[in-house]
Amino acid sequence: MKPKLKTATAAVISMLMGTTAVAEGLKIGVVVTLSGPPAALGQQIVDGFQLALEQKGGKLGGQAVELIVEDDELKPDVALLKATSLIERDEVDIVVGTVFSNMLQAIFKPIVESETFLISPNAGPSTFAGRNCNPYFFVTSYQNNQNAEVSGMVANEEGFENVFVMAPNYQAGRDNVEGFSKTFKGNVTDVVFTPLGHQDFSAELARMSTSDADAVFTFMPGGMGVRLVGQFNDAGLKDSMKFMSVFTTDETTLPGQKDAAVGFLAAGNWAPDMANDANTAFVSAFEAKYGYIPGGYAMQAYDTANLIDSAVAATGGSLEDKDAFRAALKAADFTSVRGEFSFNKNHYPVQDFHALTIVKRDDGKFHTSFVRTVVEDYADSFASECQM
Amino acid sequence: MDRGLVIGGVIFAFLLAMPVLLPIVGAEYLTGLLIKAMLLAIAAISLDLIIGHGGMVSLGHAAFIGVGAYTTAIGLQSGIEEIFVLLAITLGATGAIALVTGILALRTSGVYFLMITLAFGQMIYFTLTSLAAYGGDDGLTLWSLATLFGSDIVQDGRGLFFFVFAALLLTWIGVWRVSQSRFGRVLRAARDNPQRAEVMGYPVARYQLIAYVIAACIAGVSGLLLVQYAEFVSPSIAAWQRSGDLIVAIVLGGLGSRNGALLGAFFIVIMEEFLSSFLHEWRLIYGPLLVLLVLFAKGGLNDLLQPTSREAS
Amino acid sequence: MSLTLFLILCLNGLQYGLLLFLIAAGLTLVFGVMGFINLAHGVQYMVGAYLVFAFTGLTGSFWLALVLSLIAALMIGLLMEYAVFRHLYARPHLDQVLATFGIIIFLNELAKVLFGPATLSIDTPELLSGSIQITEQLRYPVYRLATIGAGLVVAVGLFITISYTRTGMLIRAGSTTPEMVSALGVNITQLFRIVFGVGAMLAGFAGVIAAPLFAIEPGMGDNLLIVAFVVIIIGGVGSIGGAFLAAILVGLIDTLGRSLVTELLGLAVDASMANQIGPALASMLIYILMAAILVFRPKGLWPAKGVA
Repeated sequence: MKPKLKTATAAVISMLMGTTAVAEGLKIGVVVTLSGPPAALGQQIVDGFQLALEQKGGKLGGQAVELIVEDDELKPDVALLKATSLIERDEVDIVVGTVFSNMLQAIFKPIVESETFLISPNAGPSTFAGRNCNPYFFVTSYQNNQNAEVSGMVANEEGFENVFVMAPNYQAGRDNVEGFSKTFKGNVTDVVFTPLGHQDFSAELARMSTSDADAVFTFMPGGMGVRLVGQFNDAGLKDSMKFMSVFTTDETTLPGQKDAAVGFLAAGNWAPDMANDANTAFVSAFEAKYGYIPGGYAMQAYDTANLIDSAVAATGGSLEDKDAFRAALKAADFTSVRGEFSFNKNHYPVQDFHALTIVKRDDGKFHTSFVRTVVEDYADSFASECQM
Repeated sequence: MDRGLVIGGVIFAFLLAMPVLLPIVGAEYLTGLLIKAMLLAIAAISLDLIIGHGGMVSLGHAAFIGVGAYTTAIGLQSGIEEIFVLLAITLGATGAIALVTGILALRTSGVYFLMITLAFGQMIYFTLTSLAAYGGDDGLTLWSLATLFGSDIVQDGRGLFFFVFAALLLTWIGVWRVSQSRFGRVLRAARDNPQRAEVMGYPVARYQLIAYVIAACIAGVSGLLLVQYAEFVSPSIAAWQRSGDLIVAIVLGGLGSRNGALLGAFFIVIMEEFLSSFLHEWRLIYGPLLVLLVLFAKGGLNDLLQPTSREAS
Repeated sequence: MSLTLFLILCLNGLQYGLLLFLIAAGLTLVFGVMGFINLAHGVQYMVGAYLVFAFTGLTGSFWLALVLSLIAALMIGLLMEYAVFRHLYARPHLDQVLATFGIIIFLNELAKVLFGPATLSIDTPELLSGSIQITEQLRYPVYRLATIGAGLVVAVGLFITISYTRTGMLIRAGSTTPEMVSALGVNITQLFRIVFGVGAMLAGFAGVIAAPLFAIEPGMGDNLLIVAFVVIIIGGVGSIGGAFLAAILVGLIDTLGRSLVTELLGLAVDASMANQIGPALASMLIYILMAAILVFRPKGLWPAKGVA
């Protein structure tokens, strides 16, 4: 990998010089998943971040940025090693990561304990939102339970009475089920947990068909979602029940799901067709550069870069004063492409959430589309436990 | 003078010098990598006791690392912080589980032993994934770490390095002495010809069980130290692939030799870091390299350095 | 639990079992006849899936791609035998494990480099793309039924070959007393090569038919390999009939277990507890079964006659 090679060379040079060069500019490490099936998610984050960086001429807050991208391979021990080498070898100022909550858990402690700022462009576990919130940790995406909570509200608004709930059996899956059940007022007919990486949903579909539910709510990210949507369609259930999901039908999976997903409901903090100037500019620039429609992952990374830009500019290009930089980050004085955006006291976002649906664009590409705003300035429910 | 001892001595002297040498060349970040390699070496040496000397090929050894790590993590979560208390609990837990699974597993031998240890390993792995109170599949970040007589010296940096170093040195010396004792000779006799060893009046099954429990306990200790180093624990450390990695380390290094497991573990960690630093697709080189080593270096790395080591075992 | 659901679970279990059988058949023969532990056998399954993906893209026809993939899988198997494995027959088991592990690492990475890390998929062939109405709301895809049929046909064909042909007789003899077969002047190297090539092709075939159903991704064969080992241990090493029965047994237990264990536990303990323990317990079932069999019948349920 090129960025790595560059740092390796830099390390060798600084070794030869016998000293570590005084940091001029800004060093940002990115830890995301770039191998295995979820690689597309990590790639969106890298692309989104780099687009923002490029638009600002390779500088954030007036400082030239050296970006070091590391792949966590979706293995906790690898993530940890990559994170510690970013802190100790490369001495980065900021770490941006990760895609998955369990990777975040693995890298969290060494980063924040070294008093390096950690900004998550996607993973937003409850673990660090409440009692274990941290002054060096920010989240620019959402708190993991929120999308599912909003889905529960959408289900109420749509008038669903009986909903079949299904999620993979791991922490994020359980969080989503809990989130949905918290806000949904109707009756949950079944809660089904499938193994992570589940490929064959025919048994679950059979249960759905006999459950008398009006709708199904699910959280099946990545390849699982591609399979589920296809098999749901093949089983002919599309006519008899509504399909409602989070992270299941998004811009990373829609190229595989295509027409089968059109009309499905989703909930989220953003859609590519949301009408504001910043967003229109972002989506068209992104498509022009990378040739695909950005998803939430790319959007959040783009916002993250702009957030860093605003904070570095506010402190006059210096990260020496950590308290000042923290305050500048917390102010969130940047134009988010999703509209209103601010940080709660636990450094998780306060933002609007919307009902979304899947549409096919005139050029034959698929994306999530804004329907209506369901809840405004929505904060997570763990912030009250945070003493910060 | 024994060449194996010299080679081992050189490796340990080299390791001991690292905390001094690394800061001079500005490569202090490699400390973490060395700790990782030493932890792998501890587990690999313990596995070599049962595979190399005992002929019992286990594909469930990483599960004991997992048991050790989770016992430590749960102990820490419940407020036990003294490292020797945690050590005692860890040894008790891994020893007990090894005793039960060992009694059952040793009813079989050869490839059947490999499969039954895999089965027990998988059961332990899936049990760990179901511990929702301790993070389930996602794992658990440890907010407090173990202390040595109330001092936090063994929590990171050099203190932890020397502590792990001491554990590795003790394991290396201990396992070799055990393997050279009468106990070890009986194990090897049973490996080569179980009937004959039995006829000679040795309680072969009991010896094998003891070796299995000792190996598991050492693996448990490496789990404890792993928690202390990573400040994080997740079920993936107990996956069967990790057991596979350990087997790879000892076969690569040379079975049943004094330094084989040590060399193999360091070879794996260093090759991975070295190859991946200039090629993202480093596995394209690493895979064929393993094949070539098997085809052309029959006694493992240890044999390359010390061609006569076979007689020693 | 409705009868329909149970029926569907059984069909899925059967399908999974047959897929396992296709992989386990080659594995058990290679292990039984040659005493060779080939970890790289699972990777042949992945190779088959990627081959059919590539050939479907090139030719536009699943059926043509199927034929080409089988030929290519056979060639790759023979090539690996010639280049690496034949040098390892006389070596200790652990050397074989290490070398074939190296091959897994290489091929998994190669697949990633050539096809990218993302999950790929291919469409089910036109001819089999329909589905059968099972209940009022539910349809069952024809393709799944077809894979069950294909698996059964291969199983019967293999059984007849092993039981009634000269080659089959030699394989059976070779798996019990290889020295004797060799002493009788049979070209044992040739025999090994045939067994190996066919085994590789069967695993490749499993990958081909699984490709339209499941996700194609690097490393997709690794976990299946372990389950295939479980199958041949339960069935008895070297026994094709044993592998078949054990594969169906494992397929059914695993599939039914995943759906039923949590529900049954829910009767005994409260629901959230059952949701926590159930899936872990379901994943363990086949290992518990294997451990129990090894403790009580160490040579498997249906061992090949004469295996020491």
